[in-house]
Amino acid sequence: MKLLVCIKQVPDLESRFKADAAGVWYNETDLAFRMNEYDEYAVEQAVQLREKLGEGSELTVLSIGPDRVVEAIKKSLAMGCDNAAHIQDAAAFAKDPWQIASIIATYAQDKNFDIIFTGMQSQDRGSAQVGVTVAELLGFACTTTIVGFDYDNGIITAKRELEGGIKGIVKLKTPALVTCQLGLNIPRYPTLPNIMKAKKKEIAAIPVADLLAEEPLATTTSFHPPAKKGGGIVLEGDVGDLVEKVMAILKDKTAVLR
Amino acid sequence: MKTLLIGEYREGKLLDSTYELLGFAGQLGAETAMLLVGSETQLPSYGGTLYLADAASCGEYNPDLHKKLILDAVQKENPDYIVFLHSSYGWDLAPRVAAALRVAQLSEVIALADGGFEVGCCNAKMRRTVKPAAGRAVVTIQAGAFPALQPGGIPLLQKLSAAGTAALEFIGYEAAEKKDVDLGKAEIIVSAGRGIGKKDNVSMIQALAKALGGELGASRPVVDAGWVEHSHQVGTTGQTVSPKLYVACGISGAIQHLAGMKKADFIIAINKDKDAPIGEIADVLVVADLMQFVPALTAKLAKQ
Ligand SMILES: Cc1cc2nc3c(=O)[nH]c(=O)nc-3n(C[C@H](O)[C@H](O)[C@H](O)COP(=O)(O)OP(=O)(O)OC[C@H]3O[C@@H](n4cnc5c(N)ncnc54)[C@H](O)[C@@H]3O)c2cc1C
Ligand SMILES: Nc1ncnc2c1ncn2[C@@H]1O[C@H](COP(=O)(O)O)[C@@H](O)[C@H]1O
Repeated sequence: MKLLVCIKQVPDLESRFKADAAGVWYNETDLAFRMNEYDEYAVEQAVQLREKLGEGSELTVLSIGPDRVVEAIKKSLAMGCDNAAHIQDAAAFAKDPWQIASIIATYAQDKNFDIIFTGMQSQDRGSAQVGVTVAELLGFACTTTIVGFDYDNGIITAKRELEGGIKGIVKLKTPALVTCQLGLNIPRYPTLPNIMKAKKKEIAAIPVADLLAEEPLATTTSFHPPAKKGGGIVLEGDVGDLVEKVMAILKDKTAVLR
Repeated sequence: MKTLLIGEYREGKLLDSTYELLGFAGQLGAETAMLLVGSETQLPSYGGTLYLADAASCGEYNPDLHKKLILDAVQKENPDYIVFLHSSYGWDLAPRVAAALRVAQLSEVIALADGGFEVGCCNAKMRRTVKPAAGRAVVTIQAGAFPALQPGGIPLLQKLSAAGTAALEFIGYEAAEKKDVDLGKAEIIVSAGRGIGKKDNVSMIQALAKALGGELGASRPVVDAGWVEHSHQVGTTGQTVSPKLYVACGISGAIQHLAGMKKADFIIAINKDKDAPIGEIADVLVVADLMQFVPALTAKLAKQ
């Protein structure tokens, strides 16, 4: 069987974000990047299936982006992916989800993948579109937001997470694509021997121009912080003083200390 | 301008969130038609055109058939916007409809913005204004971002049906796990977020909860990692709470967490990041390392 997992590299979300020169996305200076959290679950699930299938199966990891995304690709290889495709695109940030999905679908078109794994959403863009759109473009069965996954003999049984803790159970025939939700599994940490082994694995570099044929369907006209609602008090400073201030607030504003 | 609003129906019931779609259309000043895969016994209080397909034959979750139904209604109505809730139903179906129509999808819209739409990004810390390239677009709106409007009236029914084999089979629902704590009734909740760093620190948050006479809550990563039981999770996929006091320790304030606790009377957030989105709804944001602040506050409370 042939498996594909799509990963995105995103900035550390605890960073401060400033707009870039064009004012439509974040400025990358001083940002540290890592694998999109949702995609870690996707990689782990794909690797678990790859291990279960054993000999004769193959798991490819794909990422579209500038050279820095090779770091995230290497992590996936160390987690257990067999090989990788780096779609080189220094301007990936400026592509809309439709274009990103089209690039992935064009790459996958002639490769006979049986199952594709993606995250349910990227943490920076957060559109929750790319996976489903890839499935539509390829004519794959698809389900989203999975927190349970099982594969047997051409059939995936997945558990979808719905609102309020309810789940929906679905069966899909392969070829299929699933989008992975937080908590699906416990993503492994790459071990040192596996990091060493991963260094020998092949990363195919493909210029994005070879795969991109679509114009964007949406444009971003501004990137900015939310309008401050105000009202709230922000307390900063020495811990001892902060404790005093919060004690006073608890007394004044809440019934807790009465 | 015209919108086709895609309502939601689950386990035999019309979901109230459907009325938020009308709130969105109202702000746009657009005409509306609605589509629902549900049942004639549960119609929305809405006097416009309602395209209705029967969930008994089309299923509550059958994306292939639901997509066909929506495309059918799009042909009949010729809407500018096809609008979903950004929910497990909407984010699953909207991209399929957008791809079939080859139009833009704008995800999780929180407001209208001059000629475009405002959406969140970077874990809700930042915003983008997005515009569709062509006139028509598929839109999903953030739960709770637009007011629910119940216009009243009896819908003008237009029945739709669809058939065909699907590559996906819906087997059934699994009920939510039984709760061993009912946070819904708690007056004081102190919640642990990923910022607590490791499982051992749960006891530190628990100690503060105890000192305040409250219950322990948690954000999702803390539950997913197995540090705290799921029954303590606050948010869209956990419990919705409305205590008198909510203390968020090391929680960034993602929309799915806020949805579960924003009705609290008074919110204190402890976060080392001054820009954390929890600050937008907190009454007090304490910018501090919780590892130092929480034990210090607990000790002070113990002396009271
Ligand atoms: C469909 C769906 C449903 C979801 N349902 C839920 C849900 O029900 N409930 C829920 O909570 N989430 C839910 N989520 C996940 C949600 O999007 C966020 O990922 C999650 O809420 C983040 O949890 P957090 O704030 O604890 O962690 P993070 O976002 O990682 O935030 C950690 C915070 O801790 C701060 N911090 C770190 N160290 C310290 C320190 N030493 N002192 C003080 N502060 C510190 C950081 O500045 C940061 O703000 C859902 C997501 C999806 C897609
Ligand atoms: N640049 C990218 N390269 C590879 N995969 C991506 C990229 N962007 C998004 N994806 C995949 O699509 C999922 C959903 O992303 P999004 O639609 O941006 O929320 C992510 O979790 C990834 O699995």
